Amino acid sequence: MLSAREKELISEIWERLTPVAEDIGAEALLRMFATQPGSKTYFSHLDISPSSAHLRSHGQKIVLAIAEGAKDISQLAITLGPLQTLHAYQLRIDPTNFKFFSHCMLVTLAAHMRKDFTPVAHAAMDKYLSAFAAVLSEKFR
Amino acid sequence: MVKWTDEERKVISSIFSNLDYDDIGPKALRRCLVVYPWTQRHFSSFGDLTTAAAIMKNEKVAAHGTKVLHGLDRALKNMNNIKATYTELSILHSEKLHVDPDNFRLLADCLTITIAAKMGESFTAATQVIFQKFLCVVVSALGKQYH
Repeated sequence: MLSAREKELISEIWERLTPVAEDIGAEALLRMFATQPGSKTYFSHLDISPSSAHLRSHGQKIVLAIAEGAKDISQLAITLGPLQTLHAYQLRIDPTNFKFFSHCMLVTLAAHMRKDFTPVAHAAMDKYLSAFAAVLSEKFR
Repeated sequence: MVKWTDEERKVISSIFSNLDYDDIGPKALRRCLVVYPWTQRHFSSFGDLTTAAAIMKNEKVAAHGTKVLHGLDRALKNMNNIKATYTELSILHSEKLHVDPDNFRLLADCLTITIAAKMGESFTAATQVIFQKFLCVVVSALGKQYH
């Protein structure tokens, strides 16, 4: 359950990070691939080595989607409609990976935002990313 | 027995030798209580935990955070047998404190994020792998005596 203040905080943070979406996204993915090697199995068709073009563009795509959703969290199911279909019927990613990615995204945010990634911001962000993952996997079954 | 490379031992020992326990311990525990409010169930005698602001100011939380972080020293000093090192603490948390062992994982995640915020970009993916391996072994050892 996200409060109005939390929604504001989340939307502010993602707006600030949109210009560095590539960096943030690539780093989060890299952290996930390092800590959860099983997650790499979904990317066998791409070059996901550090600083590869694929890694950066894919990271950017993910962060921009998360940032877009943050603009109006109450509309997540509508905003994510097409991505829901993609993930359910084409990508078919085991949903535990969303948790691993969320954790690595939080670590990335902490490393970038340092003191500004306060416990309150962390709590709000964790809630948002959980909600995002839940909506994304709604069509899985 | 968990195997540690020289590199892993070096990285872990470096992180801890650069830590201010009185700063990081409280930060990690406060973060856990704020981000995962249900963990507050074990701290009803600690006074006001009703808001994030209250948690951040609470002296008992701070003191306990320092204590818990020092608890990791035991693992540092006994890397070759972390499981045996935590037998007593595991029994304590299971039979006396009745703490759901999943809470150890939550606190470990909060500690990781606290360290990431402290180290910034020097908390690389490679460092994260090593640090998480260490915490994972500790968390597993703490859960071993739950029957």
